[in-house]
Amino acid sequence: MESYALLIAAAMNAGTLLAIAALGLLINERAGVVNLGAEGMMLVAAIAGFATAVHTGSDVLAFAAGMGAGALLALVFGLLVIYLNTNQYAAGLALSLFGTGFSAFVGIGYVQAKLSTRPSFSLPLLGDLPFVGPALFRHHPMVYLAIALTLALAWFLYRSRPGLVLRAVGESPESAHALGYPVRRIRLAAVMAGGALCGLAGAYVSVIYTPLWVEGMIAGKGWIALALTTFATWRPARVLLGAYLFGFVTMLQFHLQGQGVQIASQFLSMLPYLSTIVVLVLISSNASFIRANMPASLGKPFFPGS
Amino acid sequence: MLKLELRPQPSKWMSLGSPLLALALTVLLGLGLFVLLGKDPMRGLQMFFWEPIKSAYAWSELGIKATPLILIALGLAVCFRSNVWNIGAEGQFIVGALAGGWVAMQATPDTGRGIVVLILLAGVAGGAAWAALTALLRDRFNANEILVSLMLVYVADLLLSWLVYGPWKDPNGYNFPQSISFLAVTKIPRLFEGWRVNIGVLIALAAVAGFWLLLFRTYAGYALQVGGLAPAAARYAGFSSRRALWTALLLSGGMAGLAGALEAAGPLGQLTPYVPAGYGFAAIIVAFVGRLHPVGIVFSGILMSMFYIGGELAQSRLGLPKSITGVFQGLLLFALLACDTLIHYRLRWAAVRKAA
Repeated sequence: MESYALLIAAAMNAGTLLAIAALGLLINERAGVVNLGAEGMMLVAAIAGFATAVHTGSDVLAFAAGMGAGALLALVFGLLVIYLNTNQYAAGLALSLFGTGFSAFVGIGYVQAKLSTRPSFSLPLLGDLPFVGPALFRHHPMVYLAIALTLALAWFLYRSRPGLVLRAVGESPESAHALGYPVRRIRLAAVMAGGALCGLAGAYVSVIYTPLWVEGMIAGKGWIALALTTFATWRPARVLLGAYLFGFVTMLQFHLQGQGVQIASQFLSMLPYLSTIVVLVLISSNASFIRANMPASLGKPFFPGS
Repeated sequence: MLKLELRPQPSKWMSLGSPLLALALTVLLGLGLFVLLGKDPMRGLQMFFWEPIKSAYAWSELGIKATPLILIALGLAVCFRSNVWNIGAEGQFIVGALAGGWVAMQATPDTGRGIVVLILLAGVAGGAAWAALTALLRDRFNANEILVSLMLVYVADLLLSWLVYGPWKDPNGYNFPQSISFLAVTKIPRLFEGWRVNIGVLIALAAVAGFWLLLFRTYAGYALQVGGLAPAAARYAGFSSRRALWTALLLSGGMAGLAGALEAAGPLGQLTPYVPAGYGFAAIIVAFVGRLHPVGIVFSGILMSMFYIGGELAQSRLGLPKSITGVFQGLLLFALLACDTLIHYRLRWAAVRKAA
């Protein structure tokens, strides 16, 4: 029983970082911009956060540094695709390639670095409950923050006026422009918000989740987060559930190894990537379903007056 | 303030000038980076732009690195021109190396030199098969090819890792994760005694000619490009988009697989976890910087190889991390995308209108 409680806990923890990144990407995709640079932003944020944690000893500052790094990279990407009309796929790829190289370059001095003992958390009373305590109530605050973020984002998108404007910009930038909304500035803000959240997720990986710095340590999580937004048909609550599901698949390999299952570890490590493909196939095979949910102007540039 | 103004038609000059402008920008940023790191910027320039081309031996090393980059980028150029976003060339490269490597491992002392041809064909088949997975899932289930091809890179990498740690591990290899060393008969023939450069360079040059013909002198190449530029027009003309998808992915997968087999049976001579060297990703940059044009790709492939060798030299002689190569590659693509704006727009000074 104990091992299952730990599996649930580990799945939530692994899902949290995917959820935070995917919720960020959901914001900019709702505004009509696809950012394939998630992997690069998370990597740079991971080293920025880790270095900050090493030098200051403060996790909060580390998260802030990660968010700043992610937002800054997203700003460069946003200026290219929103103001210079660059192809969104190409610019996102550039960001991922640059981020991979840049993080490896600046991170070289931190490969051996260690962080102080990581704090452990437990909610009073609830954390002491049998089974559900270790499964649900002994998480890092970020896990609960991700849940709160999901609810807040759902409220923002569907219940608030700025959220409505954001969605309008993603559905029909021409109409939003005609109504007098600054489409490009809104898109840039959405892209930066997406970058900041990807950055937060990246810093969480290197400061709390792993916690250390290794070259390329994000290992495709940024790309999986991108797949998650499609999987979740651009809805916050489904993003969170999908992220937990992926977290579960990721953690299943360690659980199975612990149970003495005789499968080469490499095949178990393939699980998250293979399940991403399977999920994409399942969700995409119904093209009209995707089209009904996808922001109508996703990936299309908007140039006022053109 | 500066304002972008749409040109009446795209500028031919800027289309060629943009990569040069981007290179100049990257060099400037690079010089700044060297100064920032307290290194002599002139020494830095020398490592990247003089040392890799200063001797015939240096050109041989350059050829070794440029060959896979050019081969892969040629295939990607066809993909990107037909609006198929295959970014998993790295995975197709790995599977090509695995397939070619498997053939190489079957060699016995009696095997003839002809096995090299089989190795290369196996590489092509392996890479094409791996890309076919992406094509199949896109065609049959509409699954996004960007994400599928990329996920398959990680899967291919783990497959390689399983093989060299498991079934293909050299029993006499002191437990190192590596296959047996391939027999000499499987080695890709070298062009000159004593230098590493091999016939891969000639294959790459032949491929450049072949892709130029395909893209600009055949009906099939024309149909592919129309599909990429104007899908509606292609449909109206009766060009099948499914056919374009399969052609582009099989071609680019095959080219990446060929590069993988050349690498495995060439400079490497065995399979190790270090087969993937990032060529599949760098080739994306090579393709764009080369304007998705076969001849342009030759130049950008050589340039990118200079970045690789410069990075290695910067590590051994200036004490900088080798990953500086990746930084410059990324910067170059960023700079290129920014400069490409000038193909369609020109910069104009415009007076800021004051609100009344």
